[in-house]
Amino acid sequence: MKDVSLAKTYALHIGIIALLFVLNFVLPDYHQGLFARIMTLAVFAMGYNLLFGYVGLLSLGHAMFFSAGLYGAGLTVYHLGWGVPEAFVAGVACGALLALVIGLLALRTSGVAFMIVTMMFAQVFYLLILYFAAWTGGDQGLVIQQTSRALNFGSTSFDLTNPTVRYMSALALFSVVLFITLAVVRSRFGRVLVAIRENEERTRMLGYDTVANKLAAVVLSGTICAAPGAAYALLFGYIGSSFASVQYSILPLLWVLLGGAATTLGPLIGTLFMYYVTDITSGFTSAYLLIVGVALILLVLFAPKGILGSIRQRWLGWLP
Amino acid sequence: MTPLLTTKGLSRHFGGLRAVDGVDFALMPGEIRAIIGPNGAGKTTFVSLLSGRIRPSSGTIVFDGADITGMPAYRRVRLGVAYTFQITSVFANLTAFDNVALPVQRTLTDGRSKGQVRAGVMAALERTGLADRAGTLAAHLSYGHQRLLEVAMGLALKPRLLILDEPTQGLADSEIDNFIVLVREIAKSATVLLIEHNMPVVMDLADRITVFNSGKILAEGTPEQIRADVEVQDAYLGATHG
Repeated sequence: MKDVSLAKTYALHIGIIALLFVLNFVLPDYHQGLFARIMTLAVFAMGYNLLFGYVGLLSLGHAMFFSAGLYGAGLTVYHLGWGVPEAFVAGVACGALLALVIGLLALRTSGVAFMIVTMMFAQVFYLLILYFAAWTGGDQGLVIQQTSRALNFGSTSFDLTNPTVRYMSALALFSVVLFITLAVVRSRFGRVLVAIRENEERTRMLGYDTVANKLAAVVLSGTICAAPGAAYALLFGYIGSSFASVQYSILPLLWVLLGGAATTLGPLIGTLFMYYVTDITSGFTSAYLLIVGVALILLVLFAPKGILGSIRQRWLGWLP
Repeated sequence: MTPLLTTKGLSRHFGGLRAVDGVDFALMPGEIRAIIGPNGAGKTTFVSLLSGRIRPSSGTIVFDGADITGMPAYRRVRLGVAYTFQITSVFANLTAFDNVALPVQRTLTDGRSKGQVRAGVMAALERTGLADRAGTLAAHLSYGHQRLLEVAMGLALKPRLLILDEPTQGLADSEIDNFIVLVREIAKSATVLLIEHNMPVVMDLADRITVFNSGKILAEGTPEQIRADVEVQDAYLGATHG
């Protein structure tokens, strides 16, 4: 029985990736660009989901991890003239280091206090970006030139500003992180994380150092969230302080809630759904946020577990 | 023989209330010890101090020759002090299998092979008679089975000292008989300390009984000695039976 659901799980995930691959050649230009952006931000949501969905830790400061990746990659390219791979690694490393420090401090709290502490740290990070405007470009941000955004493999060069290259890079990042998430949640570590979410005291009384496990989860989540930040800087060529604002801490929470917390594909579905609801409604009315709000309320009322969470509950119990 | 566990002057105060008050206690390896006493006597607080869930106000706890007074609970579990909860606290949204896999996977040293986890889990489930319910969500198990699952999780920790806090509470008579057999079985490989209100179970199982009253040890002895003790009868047995 277990093996059947495992096969289905892999078939589904590979199928989704294949579908996204095909969409590159089918979608009109505008939607191709939108999808590249959605996949990148879905990775952000997946990193958030790992902590929120599986460990049950609600952070309101994940914008700082995303923007650590964004600025870590963007500033090394802009100021130091680093190549794309080095800059990407620098961005991810910044996110990992920041997550370690924030985790050590914030995990001394729990519940509402954890939300507030993470939010405060993210605000500090945001204000630091504005304060060091000489280097970061402050609220104007910085634009990374097209010439800096080429990925060289020997003699072959990929221009990351090319729509197809950009789409495929985003898809590659998305696929890697999707399978990392899948591996983590199916692993023993994942089982411990879920146990902490369900009953931390009980988990401790089974001999687990729950604080160390939560710290590992914060670092993993922060690192994953930094990756799309770094990718965003390199693929879309813009780094700005708005990505560090509180809005970008709330958005991944909404995407995850919409798509379904503690599901591997929920973050993609949530991000996709919200982007398109915003996109379509803003074509009709300037009050599109009102419609987005109504859609959110309806979902909370009728599908509190999110889109995929409700599907799993009703029909597909094997979904990871 | 040296005791497996001793406490010296162990106390825990909650404000002005002396829930546990200067308790000197010793537990021999391999015995089944029951702790009895009226409600509010400090029994659960006492075993919570032993397991590390709460910190003592004063006194020391020595387990297997090492002072564990200040040791965090999770490290005591790794030393072999396992605690099963008075209020059933299995992971309701996980299957019985996953509930037991959590303690099993931690005790495995190689930490890799999936087969070994499965074998360990099924062994613990079989000992408690839950093997055919491995795939059931814990929330969907009957209350009696949830209590057994709790014990299976304790067993899977391979404890040297298993602390059971009111394990038969809420069980039907038929389930209690099976439970007594199970505890005897466990006692072959571990020392058992149980808090229990059901007197027939205590008299049947325990090698020795410790009676708590107002945070202090009132009496200690074999079931026969305790049954004959007038003070105990006044404090506890008389109250429940008369």
